[in-house]
Amino acid sequence: MSNTGTEKQTGTPKHPAHNVCWSCKGPVDARALFCDTCNAIQPPGQLDHFTRFGLEPSFIVDIDAIEATYLKQQQLLHPDRFASKSGREQALSSQQAASLNEAFETLKNPVARAHYMMRLSGHEPEGGEGHTVNDPELLMEAMEMREALDDADNRAAVDAIVKDTRQQARACEKDLADAFEKDAFDDAKKLTTRLRYLMKMTEEARAKKSRLAAA
Amino acid sequence: MALLQIHEPGETPLPHEDERQIAVGIDLGTTNSVVAISRDEKPEVLRDKSGGNAIVPSVVYYGEDTPVVGEAARDYINTDASRVVSSVKRLMGRGIEDVKSLAGTLPYHVEVPEKSDGDAADQMAEPMMVRLNVGDRVLTPVEVSADILRALRARAEESLEQTVEKAVITVPAYFDDGARTATKDAAKLAGIEVLRLVNEPTAAALAYGLDNGAEGLYAVYDLGGGTFDISLLKMQKGVFQVKATGGDAALGGDDFDHAIAEHLLSKRKDGGATDELDASDAKRLLKVARKVKEGLTDLDTVEVVVDLNGSETSHEVTRSDFEAMIAKLVSRTTAITEQVLDDADVMPEDVKGVVLVGGSTRVPAVRKAVADLFEQEPLSNIDPDEVVALGAALQAEALTGGSDNLLLDVTPLSLGLETMGGIVEKVIDRNTPIPVAKGQEFTTYQDGQSAMMIHVVQGEREMVDQCRSLARFVLTGIPSMAAGAARIRVQFNVDADGLLTVSAREETTGVEQEVAVKPTYGINEMDMANMLRDSMVHAREDMTLRLLTEARVEAKRNILAVHAAMEADRALLTPEDDKNIADAIAKLEATMAGDDRDAINEAAEALETASRPFAESRMDSRIRQALTGQNVDAVN
Repeated sequence: MSNTGTEKQTGTPKHPAHNVCWSCKGPVDARALFCDTCNAIQPPGQLDHFTRFGLEPSFIVDIDAIEATYLKQQQLLHPDRFASKSGREQALSSQQAASLNEAFETLKNPVARAHYMMRLSGHEPEGGEGHTVNDPELLMEAMEMREALDDADNRAAVDAIVKDTRQQARACEKDLADAFEKDAFDDAKKLTTRLRYLMKMTEEARAKKSRLAAA
Repeated sequence: MALLQIHEPGETPLPHEDERQIAVGIDLGTTNSVVAISRDEKPEVLRDKSGGNAIVPSVVYYGEDTPVVGEAARDYINTDASRVVSSVKRLMGRGIEDVKSLAGTLPYHVEVPEKSDGDAADQMAEPMMVRLNVGDRVLTPVEVSADILRALRARAEESLEQTVEKAVITVPAYFDDGARTATKDAAKLAGIEVLRLVNEPTAAALAYGLDNGAEGLYAVYDLGGGTFDISLLKMQKGVFQVKATGGDAALGGDDFDHAIAEHLLSKRKDGGATDELDASDAKRLLKVARKVKEGLTDLDTVEVVVDLNGSETSHEVTRSDFEAMIAKLVSRTTAITEQVLDDADVMPEDVKGVVLVGGSTRVPAVRKAVADLFEQEPLSNIDPDEVVALGAALQAEALTGGSDNLLLDVTPLSLGLETMGGIVEKVIDRNTPIPVAKGQEFTTYQDGQSAMMIHVVQGEREMVDQCRSLARFVLTGIPSMAAGAARIRVQFNVDADGLLTVSAREETTGVEQEVAVKPTYGINEMDMANMLRDSMVHAREDMTLRLLTEARVEAKRNILAVHAAMEADRALLTPEDDKNIADAIAKLEATMAGDDRDAINEAAEALETASRPFAESRMDSRIRQALTGQNVDAVN
């Protein structure tokens, strides 16, 4: 099956103008979801997540607009639309829907989006699994936040922490957008790590809140 | 027949009359099952011959003759309880280890299979599936479920007066991979092709959403006989998007019955009775307990007589007694609900409506707990016992006949791999939309390491032994390299049914291995084949028929594609190619009318050969156009 080898297309131009449609064997635009001649569903190809939604790469995204595109495309591509089609078409639909899900999940989450943008421009984000973070300022801040959370023993106190970390996360996202705007990847790296800590802290605080509620 | 069928991209064309097959929706429940059909987006449950009850109790009696399913089977509890099996759904996809933890709560004897000596030493040996001793038979939960499905299929065929071979079957959202696979296996045994496994709360939402034209965020609280599910869905413009889901695969109304039964036993003990219960006594006592529970839905006090070991005692159970007994169970459901709201970052007041599903939501204390949590009265204008089957029927219709509505579901539990020290590395987080494909790279940790164990687990905990083990396999043939030099990519694919396939590949050499996660607790193919033979289902004929159908579908698609290409680029078609193609199509159509799959495939290949020159000149022409700058980007 020719469509299983799509990952080998790296190295060729980013968007070759035409592929061969697997169904009618005629030409089909490399970015087309369906063949304009025979209507057969096409493999997802190697589009970057932004292009998949018709966007230029940018940290600032309109999630509602992306979601609208996402839902519209899922309406066309989801395996439920191909339940009575051939096995080949079902498999392609599953690949298309999975690519779409991955693109949406990545762009939706600011940390995933930042990591993705760095990799797109050839920068490896710091602080992945196994990598240590050595920004003493950030480590100190994280420690203080953790202590504050440990000390908080009622819902109101935890709530205040959730509110605070959320606010800081939002400010951090703004700085991050500026950094990407200026192609300042070193700053972006640091800010992404900080954002990751802030979001993790928010999550832990929320978990603590529900533990307090359950007790 | 029209030469050319035109439809919008992605829109499923209506199948031809001869292919149109009816598909039903089945709610295969712990306590009760229901089958429904939908036509023109109007679903209805299928009732028994007398037009009465829609509910088929998920109870099977294994007497001398063919198994008896439903109400009639339940009646045998009083006379021949040891041959009656109920609540088998709790064992679907479960191994012996799981069942030990359920010990004492199961109303039947579970067989612990003995491993042969060879197996014991073999780490890779698959743990055995639970088997039940029923009378003189030994049955797997899959076989028992298949008997229930056969009965539902028979009811549908009788009521619709035609064969039914396709269905959408619902499963608890919280069912893990093993339980999902077991459910599919049961359907296969019953001769049913599963179009899709749909999560129960999602099906319920579909039934409500279409009925009420709902928009916004909805919670579905589903407390059935043996499972609890809570899902949060966003409904907008015909798309039902599951935002988060959670639950407990072993918490339900059965546990309420057990609480009452224990209460009654302790009252008898207070009165001086010493009860040694065998399995039959336990079943009868649970039946009494269930009656008490049901009575307390409308009454404040229920009088009950317990007759065990020849001693009759009478007891009074008040609603507040009952509520005290189940308080812990109910608060477990609300704690899980809060966790799911947290996962989705939603406050209870953001939820526009709460849908109640499952017979156990009739218990007033449950309704009150839900109303208190969400600060609103839950919706229940569709019968909570029927709503899941109605939603499944709608989805079955959508899959066979096309629909404007779409369900987007998520993985209920995180999927991951075992890494050094028994720590779980998550590859796919819970609540990720499906289908999903995700890979992760690993490396070797020893010089010259030639094999790597891939251990796939499901669950939220950090340590492997606290998660459910789904599959183990070994990637072999890794070439000799220094530690850390090999690049092993493990790829996880979860399909629209929520079923997982895992493959591993060494990137530098391309050595590859793949397993469909037929989990540890599923049934292996050999057992399946034996069961198919035993149950007299004509497996081979089914398979041949399926391949023939697939060949016809593929051939038809082929012809349509060639017609479309000829229509688009007629100018490039030489008279010779035109004739060759027309001949090949005529031949293919002739073979399609017959039953010879090989002939169809051959004729299809001949068509491909005949149309190749034409296809090549179409490609050439397009490339020439592009080179001369004439190309206009096709609309994406």
